[in-house]
Amino acid sequence: MTLLLALITGLFYAAGIYLLLRRSLVKVIFGIMFLGHAANMLIFSTGRLTKGAPAFVPEGAQALVEPFADPLPQALILTAIVIGFGLQAFAIVLFRRSFEELGTDDVDAMRTTDRIDGGES
Amino acid sequence: MNLLVALPILLPLVTALVMLPFRERPGVQRGLGLGASLAQAAVAVALLSRVYAGGILTLQAGGWAAPFGITLVADLLSAVMVAATALIGLTTSIYSLGSIDREQERFFFHPLMQLLLVGINGAFLTGDLFNLYVWFEVMLISSFVLLALGGSPRQLEGSVKYVTINLLSSAIFLSAVGILYGVAGTLNMADLSARLPMIEQRDLLSVVAVLLLVTFGVKAAIFPLFFWLPASYHTPPVAVSAIFAGLLTKVGVYAIMRVFTTVFTGPESEAIFRILLWIAPLTMVVGVLGAAAQYDLRKLLSFHIVSQIGYMLFAIAIQSPLAIAGGLFYIVHNIVAKTSLFYISGIVRHKSGAFQLKKIGGLYSTEPLLAALFLVSALALAGIPPLSGFWAKLMVIRAGLESGHYFVTAAALAVSLLTLFSMTKIWNEAFWKDDPGVVSSTDEAHGNGRTALLYLPVVMLCGVIVFFGLSFEPVYELSARAAGQLLDVESYRNAVLGGGL
Repeated sequence: MTLLLALITGLFYAAGIYLLLRRSLVKVIFGIMFLGHAANMLIFSTGRLTKGAPAFVPEGAQALVEPFADPLPQALILTAIVIGFGLQAFAIVLFRRSFEELGTDDVDAMRTTDRIDGGES
Repeated sequence: MNLLVALPILLPLVTALVMLPFRERPGVQRGLGLGASLAQAAVAVALLSRVYAGGILTLQAGGWAAPFGITLVADLLSAVMVAATALIGLTTSIYSLGSIDREQERFFFHPLMQLLLVGINGAFLTGDLFNLYVWFEVMLISSFVLLALGGSPRQLEGSVKYVTINLLSSAIFLSAVGILYGVAGTLNMADLSARLPMIEQRDLLSVVAVLLLVTFGVKAAIFPLFFWLPASYHTPPVAVSAIFAGLLTKVGVYAIMRVFTTVFTGPESEAIFRILLWIAPLTMVVGVLGAAAQYDLRKLLSFHIVSQIGYMLFAIAIQSPLAIAGGLFYIVHNIVAKTSLFYISGIVRHKSGAFQLKKIGGLYSTEPLLAALFLVSALALAGIPPLSGFWAKLMVIRAGLESGHYFVTAAALAVSLLTLFSMTKIWNEAFWKDDPGVVSSTDEAHGNGRTALLYLPVVMLCGVIVFFGLSFEPVYELSARAAGQLLDVESYRNAVLGGGL
């Protein structure tokens, strides 16, 4: 299970970076999403993976009994997923709007702000 | 409970929420923004004086003791940064009254500005790495919208670059935090600093340290991660690019300073400092050379932001008490001088109709006050005595010589000269030469005619620059104490972990 998760996480990172390096804005946004998910999976697996053992302290005991998965990373991911969702939603709207305004989704064509004359005034 | 520590975050947050319903009544929003900024300045001064007198203040949210709860920590470094933020927040809210148009106000300019300050102050005050990530995101999402506000094609293009690189850096930050939690089992900074020396998996810690350096490096615009900055900072309204120029990159520098002195104390941070000793001169030189080629006023100044970051990195990399004190003072001086120069660029645009230096001229005879204010800010940036930049550079360069980094120190001195060259170029083109008459007088699109509101913040900031320069003794005292406190990790740990129980 851990091996499978490690492979999937690695695949997500690779896919994310590959898509981020493409020229089309649509692929860039997918790349960002994959990277976000990859980071979430990574955090998820740092809390250890246990099957059918919820992190509850049994009655009468003072602490968790082995084996248990650390629940904190799962809480961290929840926060990260929410934040990532908001940012990705904004990025989609922004990319769409710039596609409409600039008339292109080719990242290589977006060079006016880099040029010395920098467009208008 | 030290509620004072949370106030710099709560105050702008509440203000932003109260502002939201008043979309169609900009007068109310303006008033609230100005009032909140004044209150924020008072809070920042109170916080700074309490921390100066009584040592590190902590707040454990909800009474959950560290390292389990959400911890806010105000040591002198944080308090100074919060104070600088309050100053820039106040001047920007005045400046925006005279420069932001009705349409931008309808798209929530004022609440977004407050939310930006929430994120910045949160980043300065948090005592937890995951919360640092969250505050970064709060800051980023507001800055995304502010950058795209108005939606001109150039702004959108700049925003695409800015948003993409920042989302990438967020993903890297999150991965680093995840690995660090897996290794250390905690993300509280004080707790981490106690536990990291005992960790066996040093190679994983090195990976985390480098990932964090990349993340903060993107935010701070260090070489070679700075390309997004000159591609985006010259596109939004001047009030927005001024506050970005002053504060956002410095949040990255602060994070580098905090994480690699407080959290990482062992061989990992020494390795990072060795890398920084290479990055610092490269950042200085590449930034200043990039600026030399530019003729768009704001783009030129954007490259100088990058160049100045190099000095701060150099100070951090030396790590002697004098260097840290110098670096801290450098950050504050640079926040003030850089913001002032961006405000001035807005007034130049307002008076002459363009940012392009080749199209404008003659401002020395038509706007003598502006010329004087520009001279103060520009010479401070270049490091001419008796202004603030001189002392900042003197401390950093002296620390560089004392620690034997002659090569980087020489680069720092040479870059000072080139900075002066750039500032002279602006002076010659915009102020000294005759108006070439290409642009038809003033530009109505920028500013709404209340020129006094544009001048007032610049006068305030130039006052601060001159004050820092002339009465340097107390300022030095404060920076030296802040540096001593930052390097004394033991007392930081005790304040966070000991006091909460």
